[in-house]
Order: sequence, then structure tokens, then C-alpha cells
Amino acid sequence: MTIRELGRDTAPRMSFFNDPVIRGIIYQVVVAALLLAFVYWVIGNTAANLAAQKKTNGFDFLWKTAGFDISFALMPWSRASYYWEALVVGITNTLLVAFIGVVFATMLGFTIGIARLSSNFIIARLAAVYIETIRNIPLLLQLFFWYFAVLKTMPSVRQSIALPFDAFINQRGIMVPRPTPDQEFAWVMVALVGALIVAVAIGGWAARVRTRTGRYPSQIVWPSKVADAVVTFLVAFLALALLLGLVFPIASFVVVSAVIAAAVALGSLTRYAAIAKGAVTFFVSFVLFNALLGFMFGWVPSLVVSLVSALTALVVAQVVYANTANRPPSDARFPLALLVLIIVGVPALVYWATDASLAFEVPVLERFNFKGGLQLPPEFIALAFGLTIYTASFIAETVRAGILAVNRGQTEAAQSLGLKDGDRLRLVIVPQAMRVIVPPLTSQYLNLTKNSSLGAAIGYPELFNVFGGTSISQSGRAIECMAIIMVVYLTFSLITSAIMNWYNGRVRLVER
Amino acid sequence: MTNIAYVRSDFSEARAAPRSTTGVGAWLHKNLFATSTDAVLTLLGALFLLWVLPPLVNFLFIHAVGINGTVEECRLETSGACWAYVWSEMEFFIYGFYDIPEVWRPNIVFALGALLLVPLLIPRVPFKRANALLLLIAFPVISYYLLAGGAFGLKPMPTEKWGGLLVTLIISAVGIIVSFPLGIILALGRQSKMPVIKVLCIAFIELIRAVPLITILFMASIMLPLFMPQGTTVDKLLRALVGVTLFSAAYVAEIVRGGLQAIPRGQYEAAASLGLSYWKQMYFIILPQALKHVIPGIVNNAIALFKDTSLVYIVGMKDLLEAVKTKNDTALEWQSANTPTTGYIFAAMVFWSFCFSMSRYSMYMERRLNTGYKR
Repeated sequence: MTIRELGRDTAPRMSFFNDPVIRGIIYQVVVAALLLAFVYWVIGNTAANLAAQKKTNGFDFLWKTAGFDISFALMPWSRASYYWEALVVGITNTLLVAFIGVVFATMLGFTIGIARLSSNFIIARLAAVYIETIRNIPLLLQLFFWYFAVLKTMPSVRQSIALPFDAFINQRGIMVPRPTPDQEFAWVMVALVGALIVAVAIGGWAARVRTRTGRYPSQIVWPSKVADAVVTFLVAFLALALLLGLVFPIASFVVVSAVIAAAVALGSLTRYAAIAKGAVTFFVSFVLFNALLGFMFGWVPSLVVSLVSALTALVVAQVVYANTANRPPSDARFPLALLVLIIVGVPALVYWATDASLAFEVPVLERFNFKGGLQLPPEFIALAFGLTIYTASFIAETVRAGILAVNRGQTEAAQSLGLKDGDRLRLVIVPQAMRVIVPPLTSQYLNLTKNSSLGAAIGYPELFNVFGGTSISQSGRAIECMAIIMVVYLTFSLITSAIMNWYNGRVRLVER
Repeated sequence: MTNIAYVRSDFSEARAAPRSTTGVGAWLHKNLFATSTDAVLTLLGALFLLWVLPPLVNFLFIHAVGINGTVEECRLETSGACWAYVWSEMEFFIYGFYDIPEVWRPNIVFALGALLLVPLLIPRVPFKRANALLLLIAFPVISYYLLAGGAFGLKPMPTEKWGGLLVTLIISAVGIIVSFPLGIILALGRQSKMPVIKVLCIAFIELIRAVPLITILFMASIMLPLFMPQGTTVDKLLRALVGVTLFSAAYVAEIVRGGLQAIPRGQYEAAASLGLSYWKQMYFIILPQALKHVIPGIVNNAIALFKDTSLVYIVGMKDLLEAVKTKNDTALEWQSANTPTTGYIFAAMVFWSFCFSMSRYSMYMERRLNTGYKR
């Protein structure tokens, strides 16, 4: 047995090749060398192959004439356009369908995600069935279904199905009226933007004053009451006019609706406000349900439809009535009606004062095709529809997970502070849930953008279709085109992750 | 004199019995009619079902043409789904252009695969190790020779003739199994302290994850022949396999990295203090814990990959979806208004049942493996 001297605790000698540092360097050198050799081999092969096929390379083709047609472009496109213009068309088409998909998928996904957590058995089951069905079927199959089995089996142009508001649907897509604003309409847009800014400023000011002093500024209380009455009048008038004009047509329906609406609006200023609110709710939901159910069950007699709608509307009105009765007096409420009135009223006033006009160019069936209007090709509709429905099922799961991730104790704590349901959700639950929801939500948006490349399979001219398919076959520059496509997608991905990192940094829990 | 004490002098009234919490009525009240809002939602949901279900049931079953029907029945204005078409083209949907007399070979592969896979999935069945070895090593070799032929007196069958569900299953199985170890290696490489290896792994993972699968398959289809020495031909199926596997590996790598990051530092230090080498630390201590964390992610990835196999039409393979689409477009003898819809519904049902069972099995496995955290 050897005795080790105290105080000589240097690390035991190891052989040269067992030293972790040296080993690390050797591994890395070997890997780098292998990779370089592989790249050298690939480049050599490619050069030889290209030379054998007598193909040139380089990015100069971008400034050559493309010479092919693109069926759908947001900018002027002709066969004489250049390849770089084709690239721009591809990118804008991808971004267009991605943007529309993101907007609608978010709305649908949040609705379904929340519905899945509903305590209502039917609603929760419907949401679950939607999610489990849609996300277990390949997106490509869904696109094929919408495109080949639904849109392509629509009637021919001559037998187009007419939709409300002068829209038509047929084999060649959906034709909708195209808005053609005149010169003066620009002022309306200016007024709209101005009104939005003013409304946000007033809202922010009112909220700040309330946080400081405990009540909303006195200057706002009366205008907000008047605005409340005006909005009540307008909504009630609109609903009644539709009800009495279309559903139960009576003569002089305008006068009758105006009188009733005025009575309801005046009532909303008195202590019978809850009844007035209930009445308005009844009118609006009656009209809505009647239209919806009439559309869904065209074969049922209209009297039955009206009866069921009236019954449903009555229950909705009762809910609103009960909620309103429990609400604080109007001077303790956020002046929402005033802001809405500003945003809607000011542009309307300008529209009337400047004599602007917003005409619509209606699509008209001529001998072989529709002329005028905005024509949405079936490829675009199928892709936007498919992407929305598919991605919504994933967003719904993200939303559900985010809401479930908020500890139950948070709900109980908020309740014990005496917060109402709306405030509890808005101030306590949603901010915490959003922290969990946003990162996966962003990656769903990115997935949607990447999935839009499947539009190539149904002929939508997005980036991959235009620049990967047609451009490669026309120019023969496969490597260059693929490199550009990859760089574009990489840029999308990097931008998305940059935004996500910024957001994550903002909402991160502040720790010690 | 003020009365400061309050003493009850009479009995309070008896309260009504609490609402029953069991039985049909209580269930209805709790789940459908708890509040007026709930009642409205229930009514609207019921109306929606009333709107959707009858046409759906009519189309799929009542007015549908059964498997023994004729094309004339399918062409009637009133008829629904044309199951006769699916039934008559079933062989193409499952095997593609595989010679019909040789179909027993894929059938044996299917049966053998199921026979080896099912015991592996049921936790109580013993001999897991032998079973896994058979499935992962012997089964692929046997399947290859059975399907491709050209040896043991079997008729050669080029991969161009394979198709339908057979190709879908082959690509997804190979993709899922091969991308798993690749992904683990990439994830470990990304955590490595060696800068060259770390950068290479990050670059590979991020590049692949940034682009759609369709571009990668397209690369494999047109670029791979360019990269190879002149005169080499790469089999189409192999191109699809390479593309799908590399794509999936990058995603698996990120999932596994999540699991690796969830392991506390103490575990790494404890493993190192035992004097284990790097690979032994990983194999015995880190990976078993990390992989347990990420089972849901791995299965989600497997489901995504299974769905993504439908994109291999890019390299010219006829997978299940492409087979259905081909027949929809070209089977003139079955042309009718509902034929394409029926074909797509059939493909959707096949894809759905595979994906749904995978996700249910993963949930079951999660509950079973959730050992350390259950209290």
C-alpha cells in the first residue's frame, strides 16, 4: 500500500489522448474535416452534372423576362415581367393567404378553445369533436377536399349560385362587388382615423382619471349618458326596421320603428334602464336568430322559425335584463357608447357633409364569364379556408392549455377580492394565460405560413408554386431558386422568433 | 338599557332540501341548463346538430350506395356516398401498382408488423427486449426482402410499383423510427461544449425547421441527383425517406432538448461524480428521465409525420392520398358527382383512425409513466 504525501493534490497525470480538452479538439477537427470533404465532393459532383447538362448558373436570370402566366397576382403581371417580379408576386401571395388565415384562425381557434372548456355539455362536446376530427386529418387532404370535392363541383358560370349582396359562387370561385371610392371618400378615411385617435385618447384619459380619483371625469358623464341613449336608439331602430320591414312587413314601418326605438331610448335614461336594455336585446337577437335559423332550416315553415327565434331571444333578453339590473349606475361605467358614437358618427357626418360616395362595382354575368367586381379564385378560397380550419384546431388546443395552466387559486383569489366575472377574466386570468398561450401561438402562425406552401398542390400561385415550380422549369436554375425560397422562409421564421422573443421578454415574470 | 346580546328565541324555518346532485335531472341541470345563458347555448347547439347531422347521416349511410352497388346507382341525383367505388378500388388504395398475384407479400408484412407491434404496446406482455429487437432489426430486413423480392425466388418488385397505404405506412414507420436516434444525437450536439459541433447542429436544426417539408422533399427530388456523382440514380422511395427522416429529426431534436433542459443540474453532476463516461451518463441517467418528459411531444411529432407523408407526391410516390386522388381523377368508369367526395372521406377516415389511436395511446402511456409526480 502506497502512502500519498499530503499537500501534493495535483490532478493525476493522464495520457495525451485521454485529456478531455485535447479530445474535444480532435473530435471537432475530424468533424469539420469530414464536413468540408463532403461539401467539396457535393460541389464537384454538382459542377460536373451541370456541365454535362450544359446548364449555366448564377442569379443573373432574375433580371430576365419570365414569359409565363400567373393566375392570381396582387400587382400587375404579364408574360413580359421579370423573374424578380415573379418572386415578389409569390411572396405577396403567400403573405396574403397567411395573413387572412392567421386572422380567421385566431378568431375561430379562440372561440373553439374557450368553448371546449365550457361547462355546457353540448358546446364542449362539439368543440372537442371539431378539434379531434380536424387535427387528425392531413392538411393536404383537407385542401383537396375543399378544392376538388367542394369548389370544383360548384355549378358552371352560367348556373352561378347567387348569394346575398350581389355575390356569386361558381366553379371559377366567388365574385363579390368591388368597392370604388371616389376622391371625397379619402376625407371619410381621414375622419375615421382621427375619430379613432380621439376616442382612444378620451378613453385613456377617462380611465386614468378614474384610477386617480375613483370616479370618471364629470365632463364625460352627461355626454356618455346621451351617447348611450343615441346608440340604444340606433340599434333598436335598425333591428326594428329589419323586423317590421322584412320579417313581419307592415306599412309605414319606419315611423313605427322610430317611435318604439325612441321610447326605448328614453326609457334607458330613466330607472327602467334594465327593461329598455332587455327590450333592445330582444329585438336584435330576434332578428339575428330569425335570419340564422331561416337560413339553416329553409324547409321549416317560417312561423315555426319565428316562434323558436322569439323564444330564444326572450331568454337572451332575460339574461341581459338580469345582468343590467345588477350593474352599477352609468356614471361608474366606462363610457363605451360615447367612444363608439365618436368612431362611427364622425366619419358618417363627414361622409354626408362632403357628399362623398362609395359605389360598388357589381359583378355582372356576361356571355361566358362574369365581368367586373372582385373575383376570388377557388384556389385562394380553398387554401384560405383549409388553413383557417386546420390551424384553428391547433390554436384551440393552445388556448385551452393556456387557460388551464392558470392556477385555480388565482380564480379563487380574484373572487375573494370581490371582482366580477368579467373583471376577473380581464385582469387576472387572461394576462396570465396569455403568457402561456403566446409562444405556441406564434409558432402556429409560423406553421400556417409554412403550410401555405401546400397551395402549390391545388395551383394557388404562392411562393413555392411560382418560384419553385414554374420558375425552375422555365429557367432551369434549380439551385438558385431553391436557395432563394429557403432564404425567404428562413427570414419569415427569424422575424417571427424575434417578435416572440421580444414579447416573451416583456411578459416574463419579474424574478429576483 | 340597551340590549347588547342577541339570543334566538324562536326556531328558524326549515330550509328546502338541497337540489339532488345525482340522476338524470341533476345531470341535465348541471351540464345543460345551469344558467339562462347555458340554456340558450344548449338550444343553439341542439339546433346546430339538427342542422348538420341529418344530411350527414343521409349522405354517409341512408342514401349511400353500398359496397355491392353499381355506378348507375351512384350517378342518381338522390344518392349519397359511393362506397362501391371505394370497395372496387380498394386494392389500388392499399397496394398501389403492386402486382395482384404478389399481394400476399405486403399482407404478410402487415400481419408480421401488427404481430410484433401489438405485444410491444401492451405493457403486461413479457419479453419486451427480444420483441423490440425482432421488430427493429429482423422485421425491416424480412420486410425488405418480402416487398422488394429479387431473392429467395421471389419476383423482383421495383419500388415504383409500391403505393397506397403500404407506402404511407413504410415512410411513416421508417421516418418515426430513424429520426428518433438522429434527433437525440442532434439534441445532444446542440448542448455540446464543443463549438464546432454545437454550431453545426444548431444550423441544421434551425434551417430545417424554418422551411416547409414540401421544399425539403423537392430538394430531395431534384437536388439529390445533382449532388450525386454522375450516373447515380437514387430510388424515389429512398428520396422520400431521406427527406422525411431529416425533417422529422430536426423536430425531434428540439423536443428532446426541451426534455434535457428540464433535468436539474444536480442529475448531470451526480452522474459525473459517479465517474461515468459521457455516453454512459446520458444512457443511464439523463436520457431515461428526459425522454419520459417528452413522450407527448414525440407522439405529436409522430402524428404530424404520419400526416405529412401525404406530401410525398412531390417526389412522385403514390401514397394513400395520392392513390385516391389519382383514381378520383382517372377512374372514368366510376365518374359521378359524389365519387371524389367519397374517396377523400375514405382517405380521411384511414388517416384519422391511425392518428387518433396514436394520440390515445400516448395519453394512456403518459398516465402510466407519470410515476414520479403522482401523489
